[in-house]
Amino acid sequence: MRAVFSIRAFKEKSKYGFEALLFQRGINLPPLSIDTLQVNITKLCNQVCRHCHVDASPSRREMLSPEGVAKCLEILQRHSQITKLDITGGAPELHAGFAAFVEKAVALGKHVMVRHNLTVQMDGHPQTGESKEYLPHFFARNRVEVISSLPYYQEYFTDAQRGSGVFKKSMEAMKRLNALGYGVEGSGLIFNLVYNPVGPYLPAAQASLQADYKRELKDKFGLVFNNLYTVTNMPINRFKSHLDKSGQYAEYMEKLLAAFNPAAAEGVMCRSMISVDHEGRIYDCDFNQMLELRATAVGGKPLSIFDFDFDRVLGRCIRFEDHCLGCTAGAGSSCGGATA
Amino acid sequence: MSNYYDSADLKKFGDIGQHAKQLADDFFKYYGNVIGSDGALSKREKALIALAVSHAQKCPYCIDAYTTQCLEAGSNPEQMMEAVHVAAVMQAGITLVHSVQMQNHLKKMVL
Repeated sequence: MRAVFSIRAFKEKSKYGFEALLFQRGINLPPLSIDTLQVNITKLCNQVCRHCHVDASPSRREMLSPEGVAKCLEILQRHSQITKLDITGGAPELHAGFAAFVEKAVALGKHVMVRHNLTVQMDGHPQTGESKEYLPHFFARNRVEVISSLPYYQEYFTDAQRGSGVFKKSMEAMKRLNALGYGVEGSGLIFNLVYNPVGPYLPAAQASLQADYKRELKDKFGLVFNNLYTVTNMPINRFKSHLDKSGQYAEYMEKLLAAFNPAAAEGVMCRSMISVDHEGRIYDCDFNQMLELRATAVGGKPLSIFDFDFDRVLGRCIRFEDHCLGCTAGAGSSCGGATA
Repeated sequence: MSNYYDSADLKKFGDIGQHAKQLADDFFKYYGNVIGSDGALSKREKALIALAVSHAQKCPYCIDAYTTQCLEAGSNPEQMMEAVHVAAVMQAGITLVHSVQMQNHLKKMVL
């Protein structure tokens, strides 16, 4: 039987008291399943986004080893409960073993999602100059789901967050994906966009923003996509540094706390996924990964893909800290958008 | 206090209930009912109207609050700036239309 609350909850007082808040509200959030294996295969990226929780950039070197990739594939093969592989980074396409990883996971019958930043199609590999123009055809051939960040349907917000020129390149990359059927109704090629605010404020309602994106991108650029996911900025790493420097950290945390939504808490993504880093270490989510909050088995042993045991991982207590307020504010936030 | 306006005071809005709690409660209930959800107007439209009024009334608290509210309702900078122009042009028009009153009186004053 799983513990109702981890003893970690009361070891140290956190300033914004996320775990205490769950306790006060009688909300218990044990893992429910592991249907998604999310693997952060590299922190290398062609972009340097101002909000990036991974602190990804062209100078990062971290890569999941070939043994790590093989282990992930073995886990996927052995466990039919894990139906989805979500490959992220950095720009995951910059990992030397990316293509083979995708192809082998597809061959196992898994639903493969790639967090594709669009511009890598044109920018290529920032360290070797290797072209990545093949990506749209590669995605289509393997029928992977493409999920791309686009902070807004206009240039101003997008370039402010992701760098000068990113919006124009993103429009070109979307055009190439659309040309192969991505986002086109009836094609079966899924192309989803991700919105996140350009600063310390909560996302607008997902449905209304999706309608705006669809209308504006169609009217102004002739572009289409399937769904828009709204995501809240996590108060960690690069975004936290910005909040600290601009004196807005406390205000942002208070905003997240004031917007705490129990329904969003029930739907947090860490209840149905695990996150793997470039060393094969397991976390409850990509945010915990970046904070190096390793998932541990009951008894305290850190979890890893190299001695993976499904029931032991499912039986863990999820590690919650104050940044989790980002996933439970308002309509909620996850890698798949709003949760409430 | 060295300044008349302090951005930290925005958080004290609820303090208007001191000495007049029932009236403040009535006001906040009305406020929430009008602006807190979609109605005949969407929350976004209401936020843009509120942003325009904030400028017309020159309230720095409201300008901060409704700039954020507009962003959280999905507005973009063009829409927000256009709303401020609506406020500006209304104020200019209101000033100018009063010149009719001036002209009417002028006619009385001139032989």
